[in-house]
Amino acid sequence: MKRPPALVIGVAIVALWLLVAVFAPVIAPHDPLVSFKPLLRPGAAAFPLGTDLLGRDILSRLIWGARPVIFLSLAATLIAYIIGVGAGLLAGYRRGVLDAGFSFIANVILSFPVLVLYLVVIVALGPSYLNVVIAVTFGSAPAVFRIVRAIAIDIAGRDYIAAAVTQGEPTWRILLIEILPNAAPALAVDFCLRLGYSAIIIGSLGFLGLGLPPPAPDWGGMVTDGRALAFAFPHLVIFPCIAISSLVLALSLIADGLREARQ
Amino acid sequence: MRVAAWLGRRIGLLLLTMLAVSFLVHLALEVNVDAVAVKVLGQFSTPDQRAAWLRENGYDAPFLLRYLRWLGHFASGDWGRSTYYQEDIVKLILPRLAASALLAGAALLVMVPLSLALGIASGVRAGSLTDRGVSLFAILTTSVPDFAMAAFLTAIFVLGLGWLPGVSTMAGGFSLRELVLPVMVLVLASTGYLARMTRASMIEVMGQPYIRTALLKGASPSRIVFRHALRNALLTPVTVIMLQIPWILSGVIIVEVFFAYRGFGTLLYQAALNSDVYLVEACAMISVVAVVASQLLADIAYAALDPRLRGK
Repeated sequence: MKRPPALVIGVAIVALWLLVAVFAPVIAPHDPLVSFKPLLRPGAAAFPLGTDLLGRDILSRLIWGARPVIFLSLAATLIAYIIGVGAGLLAGYRRGVLDAGFSFIANVILSFPVLVLYLVVIVALGPSYLNVVIAVTFGSAPAVFRIVRAIAIDIAGRDYIAAAVTQGEPTWRILLIEILPNAAPALAVDFCLRLGYSAIIIGSLGFLGLGLPPPAPDWGGMVTDGRALAFAFPHLVIFPCIAISSLVLALSLIADGLREARQ
Repeated sequence: MRVAAWLGRRIGLLLLTMLAVSFLVHLALEVNVDAVAVKVLGQFSTPDQRAAWLRENGYDAPFLLRYLRWLGHFASGDWGRSTYYQEDIVKLILPRLAASALLAGAALLVMVPLSLALGIASGVRAGSLTDRGVSLFAILTTSVPDFAMAAFLTAIFVLGLGWLPGVSTMAGGFSLRELVLPVMVLVLASTGYLARMTRASMIEVMGQPYIRTALLKGASPSRIVFRHALRNALLTPVTVIMLQIPWILSGVIIVEVFFAYRGFGTLLYQAALNSDVYLVEACAMISVVAVVASQLLADIAYAALDPRLRGK
């Protein structure tokens, strides 16, 4: 199979960020919470990306900041997939009341703009890692559900499914072995895009100061912290913005490459 | 006649959705009455004060009754008082809503023609240089989060070139120059996606047999695109634009906070930061109404554009 260059570049960047996140304690040159000389400009050997207002090393904070964005969006997307795929297969295959019920719930959730949904969760439950994951899962699962449901409806009418039913295959086998693989190519593309959206949402929550507790480094939070000084020290804001944009861009490139490779 | 019945069913379903949403919002924010009392009266109120406040405001009634009462007030335009701003919520929200509508409206006004033009140009000749350029632009712009886009544009147009102001507080009255950057961020965030949708739709229509027939009978390329293809190719994008509204609304919150624009987004944000329960409820309901209304508009636009649905 021919590999589109977009796919290769995307995978390389995502792999790089993943390694950075996993090995943050080893790679980071400094402790991200320790203060040195404040507001150093980028270029110094010890602080290649400079330091922030509190004198913390920006490179180290970027490296540690990869963790919440990557791990939380991965967790939220995976949970959304388990719920969305399960409900979508059942609804598309069984139809009837179950389908109507699930579809209604999906519609209700999709009537919230994602950020509004999260702001409501914040006021109700307070900010925490878990609530960030819950809110992002809530927003993603209905979209996954819709994709899987549409494919399940299409496949459920095929002859070979009728044959499987006649053979007495159990429902779970029909759903997971006969129907689900048909959805795999579409889901692979969607998974990458959705991971990117989740990263955007988690970054945005950090930017709003509603995501994660303050001293911990996260990319969105670094942007907010640096904004007041951005006119004199743009590096405070620009580096975390480049970090999150490169991650999401890489995920989009993978999705695009997968789509191209399919055609 | 069947269209009327279909529309009636859609509206019924949307009303039901809004009812479910209102119940969920109320459940999330007001099921725990002690928490409500703390949020309204503050951390330092005494248990006696809270108990008295709860009794005075009817919080000793069962939850379902309280929900119905709240829904009745909400439907009749009594949205309560904001505990943070100490002001009537309706009076507080309306000017903010107008400001945000201006922002989102200006963004849509630029975004829709731009994305349709880009999508059509790249879809007419798939694989051309224009097409590749538009695809690259789309991937780049959809991948940059709104707050990062705002930061990049600020770096270029405010810090680098010095052409535009970096905040949009509109302190000295309405200013078109202060509107440029927020609108630009919103436009860039959604144009790429909409252009790609239009492109996909255009490619599909251009592959239809009737387009080949038009080509063979000697219709000019512009006639084929504008008379034959466009109408069908616009079906999908019109729906997609409407379904993009929730995403744009999320973007509006970020952009307003970034540029300190005094709109609905910053109001909701301040309400959430300060645990202003009633204001959050009102704002959440309004954004859901906006989304549901846009979905209904999408359905109506689809029915109006698709002649197959019209005659029935």
